[in-house]
Parts: sequence; C-alpha cells; structure tokens
Amino acid sequence: MSDALEVLDQVGKWKAGGKGVAIATVITTWGSSPRPVGSQLGVDDAGNMVGSVSGGCIEGAVVKEALDAIKDGKPRLLDFGVTDEQAWDVGLACGGKVQVFVEKVN
Amino acid sequence: MKIETLAALQDARAKRRAVTLATRLGDAAEALIYKDGATGPLASDPAIVAAAHGAMAIGRSETVEIGGQKIFLNVYVPPPRLIIVGAVHIAQTLAPMAAMLEFDVTVVDPRGAWATSQRFPGVKVIQDWADEAFQAMGLDVSTAVVTLTHDPKLDDPALESALKSDVFYIGALGSRRTHAKRKERLAEVGITDEMFARVHGPVGLNIGAKSPAEIAVSILGQIVEVRARRIEALSAPKVAAA
Repeated sequence: MSDALEVLDQVGKWKAGGKGVAIATVITTWGSSPRPVGSQLGVDDAGNMVGSVSGGCIEGAVVKEALDAIKDGKPRLLDFGVTDEQAWDVGLACGGKVQVFVEKVN
Repeated sequence: MKIETLAALQDARAKRRAVTLATRLGDAAEALIYKDGATGPLASDPAIVAAAHGAMAIGRSETVEIGGQKIFLNVYVPPPRLIIVGAVHIAQTLAPMAAMLEFDVTVVDPRGAWATSQRFPGVKVIQDWADEAFQAMGLDVSTAVVTLTHDPKLDDPALESALKSDVFYIGALGSRRTHAKRKERLAEVGITDEMFARVHGPVGLNIGAKSPAEIAVSILGQIVEVRARRIEALSAPKVAAA
C-alpha cells in the first residue's frame, strides 16, 4: 500500500512539473503473480517509471501502452500471461496471469 | 485518473482516512468513496458505493462487475497503528517489536520522566493524557490501543475513549482482579458490560509470559490474531455473495 502511495506522490510531482503522466494498475491476478491487485506503476511522457506492476517482467510493454495513453488520452486494459507459454514470452515466467489498467492522469 | 482525485487520495492518507477509488474500466469514470460519503460521477450508483464499503472493510482491492460494467475498486487504507498508553518498561520492548510487524507505533504518557525520546529511540512519543492525544490523532478501524500503566488515572480515560471509537483491538495490562475493578469503574462513566467485553484483559495470549519481551510477544500475538480473524470474518460472506 505504501508503494502505491509513493507512486501517487511522484505522479503528482511530475504532473505539477507540467509532464504528461499515466498510471498503470494491476486490477486482477490469477495464479501466482509477482505483485498484488492494486499495485501501481507511474509513467511520465519521457518513459520514466515509479513503482511496479510485476517486479520487472511486463513493465516494458506497460510503459509503451502508457506512452500511447498519454498521447491519445484513452484508457487501456492489458492482459498478460494467458498461457504458460505466452507468460514466458512476456516475461511472467511464473505462469501467472495479470490484468493491468492503464489511464492518463488528467 | 483526475489530478483532483490524486490530491484527494494524498489528503486521505495524511489524515489516516480510508478511501476507495472506484474506476469504471470502460471510460475511466471515477468515484471516491469514504466511510461517510462519496464524490465523483460514479458516486450516485448505490451498488458501487456498497461494493466499495465491502472492499474497504477487508482492505482488499478488487475488480467487480456491476450492471454489466467492470469496476475496479482500489482500496487505500491507512497502515495499522498501535498506540501504547504508558511509556513503561514493557512499552520499551513492545514498541520496537510492533514496528517490526509494520505497525505505525505511538507511545502516549503524560508523565515527562517516562515519555522521553531517550527511552524510546526512533518511536513517536507524545507527552499528553491519552484521551487528549487520541482526539488529536483520530482513532480508526486500523488502530490498536494497549494500556500498560496500571494506573486508573491514566488507563481509564484511554479505555473509555478507545471503547467509544471503532479501533480493532483494545488491550489492558493487569490481573483478573484489576480487570474486574476496571470494569466497575468504567460502568460509572457509562461503559456497559457489552462495550467492556471488547477489552482484552488480562492482555495478550496466555503463553505464560513473564519478562517484558515475552509479554510483548503475547500482546502482539493477540493483536495479529484479532486482526487476521477480523479480516477473515469480513471476507467470508463477501466471497459467498460474489
């Protein structure tokens, strides 16, 4: 929980500094997943990150979507790790499944 | 997320106020739901507000489906807090042990000779009467209160205020005899038997604790148990309903 609040603080600072910012949040998990529901990742328009949604596995893909969300303002719902094989592809080697919601901070 | 929403979440944390942010995944519409009110476009939906209250009670974020729409409920609850009344010997062991369990610990004692930072390095120490300190701090559902002074002048007002709040745990050091007398005294200020039953006394699990460290373990064991059972109890019917 304190992690999530730390993310909000940094996001607030970025926003106050005039940057475009998005927040990604883990909204559902199945099986073993590295971060619990509610975990957040803040991303600014230069690709800087604060917090985590997976402990490093899927952040790359999430940041890309976050940058798109900052540009077009549309929220996104991302699914990772549908099968063990795909999980391996996106880096969720544990075989867990995680759903991430990405939205721009307005 | 709106920047105003972010500011409200930060404000809630500073005030140790539990809040749930509900977000409709389709369009990112939001509501901030507190125990005693709600704001934002989704706040007019009683089903969303009710679901948020349920999630907040067990401190667990989750995605729910309401009226065919997916709603994410992100719960922001303040970290559990332990308020120790009485800057006594046992408190010197109890405070650091509770900090290891990630409790936000505060020691309260009006006596200047006891409530010093030398006796409690790295711990928040308030030199004040418990009831006054409680009022300033604001007791909440994620707070535990333990009284350790043995002195009715100090313990009783603390217990009275704690019993009139919704703290999740109240414990009072003292023998069965002391505890029975305490019950009689508090009855005079309007604490009924039913209310008094919330006080764990003699405090702690019965593990034959003798030394201050052992007593601290027994108290913390009980606090951890009460907290876990409460969360379990609140979760069970919710799972069944979902």
